[in-house]
Amino acid sequence: MNWSDRLSNSVQSIAPSGIRKFFDIAAKMQDVISLGVGEPDFVTPWTIRESCVYGLERGYTSYTANRGMPELRAEIANHFKKRYNLSYDSDREILVTVGVSEAMDLAIRAVVNPGDEVLIPEPCYVSYQACTILAGGVPVSVPAKIENEFRITPEELEPFVTPKTKVLLIGYPNNPTGAIMEREDLLKLADFAERHDLIVISDEIYGDLTYNGVHECFAALPKMRERTILLNGFSKAYAMTGWRIGYALSNADFIGAMTKIHQYTMLCAPITAQVAAIEALRRGEKYMKKMVAEYDRRRKLIYDGFKNLGMESFEPRGAFYIFPNITSTGLTSETFAEKLINAEHVALVPGTAFGKSGAGHVRCSYATSIEKISEALNRIEHFLNRGKSHV
Amino acid sequence: MRELLEILEKNARIPVPELAAILQKSEYEIEKDIERLEREKIILSYNTLVDWEKFGDDTVTAVIEINLTPQREVGFDAIAERIYRFDEVRTVYLMSGNFDLLVIIEGKSLKDVANFVATRLSTIDGVTQTRSHFMLKAYKKDGVIVDDEEQDRRLVVSP
Repeated sequence: MNWSDRLSNSVQSIAPSGIRKFFDIAAKMQDVISLGVGEPDFVTPWTIRESCVYGLERGYTSYTANRGMPELRAEIANHFKKRYNLSYDSDREILVTVGVSEAMDLAIRAVVNPGDEVLIPEPCYVSYQACTILAGGVPVSVPAKIENEFRITPEELEPFVTPKTKVLLIGYPNNPTGAIMEREDLLKLADFAERHDLIVISDEIYGDLTYNGVHECFAALPKMRERTILLNGFSKAYAMTGWRIGYALSNADFIGAMTKIHQYTMLCAPITAQVAAIEALRRGEKYMKKMVAEYDRRRKLIYDGFKNLGMESFEPRGAFYIFPNITSTGLTSETFAEKLINAEHVALVPGTAFGKSGAGHVRCSYATSIEKISEALNRIEHFLNRGKSHV
Repeated sequence: MRELLEILEKNARIPVPELAAILQKSEYEIEKDIERLEREKIILSYNTLVDWEKFGDDTVTAVIEINLTPQREVGFDAIAERIYRFDEVRTVYLMSGNFDLLVIIEGKSLKDVANFVATRLSTIDGVTQTRSHFMLKAYKKDGVIVDDEEQDRRLVVSP
């Protein structure tokens, strides 16, 4: 009996993640240097871990309120007030979720009807399209261009707008490109969203990882708070990926709708992670800043390294990725990544894993030590030289 | 300059070309900066933190609290100097509280260290009392956890 044709249409229409293959190859090797990891190489700062252990000792093992512990929501509200002068009512406008991944799913499901179109600038994180399809929506990919350093403009979005367009889904600082949007770029998008009366879902999980400047929060732009579902979390800034803890901020209607789904599908985020997140907001900032300073050093090193190798890349200003162009090698990004891992044991991710417009690029994560980045660059240089000698 | 020092303090072996890339300066400038910091004794030395026990050596480390009678003009400095000139003495701090100098001594054996304290330290003019504490186990040295079992547990590739 073949069960696969009994699967739902929506699940069948989702392609599996393009990363799996590289994972399997790398897993068989001993001395792989991985630039393929989408998470910090730091472990969670001790003060955060310790507070969770203490919480367990005191018996913090129960469910919490669906929306999350009141103390945590208060800290989140406090944080956004201080940082962006943005006010959210911690009782009605904040929802604590199991990472931004859950928050993204909830946000899309809360606002998308079957057939509604979601504008998604590409390259982008792998879940945006999939979540849209699972919600019955239609993802409309809009390619961002390297000439604009992968920032998206209203001019690029405009041709894709139809009467069915309902949502604009953005993620800056961007995974996989490392692109950020300056305030004036975002203001143009805000104007675009208002003109077409779009809901904006803004995934700002990498917001704290912005270099040479400050992160601009989309909801903090004039008139954007109400129409924006702001998603953020602790994974990247506080090195807490495995805790699975994030949150969504928006108007009470959107958050209420998301909470309805959340209460039936998830009930609440794990209390252990919530206890840790409270500590992260109360005392974690200095550790976060130290980590960000270290990413910044590595960013400069790897940017300089690729420049010296003649691999064209714009200077990434956010997240911990660089997205060099590999077309000069004559290889596709898939083949480049596959040959590189087989020949030199360096793992990275082909740009096409993040959408068609990622073609000709590879994503390199610099969330790894300076020594390993240097060694990886040496190996890539060796690989490029060997490629030349074959021609 | 602060950033250069912060990087070198954690790892003095990062090659100059990499420092240049990280700090966005030329290699020449980095070399000049380091030279200056060394000359001004802001950089005191480049050490390697060695776990001698793991290497197989049995060394004994003692922390000695010393009480002093301060001397006219020089206070504690002259006596401190007489003490820190000994090779056996690894560290000397002037302290507030119940004693004056905190001295860390390394020797080959308990007897060795005890002997040094009895014959060399206590006999110095102005030293009124010494209390020796022998170290049993080092958990963390200069910011480095000695037996750190934390490791990279991440998947090799993740989105």
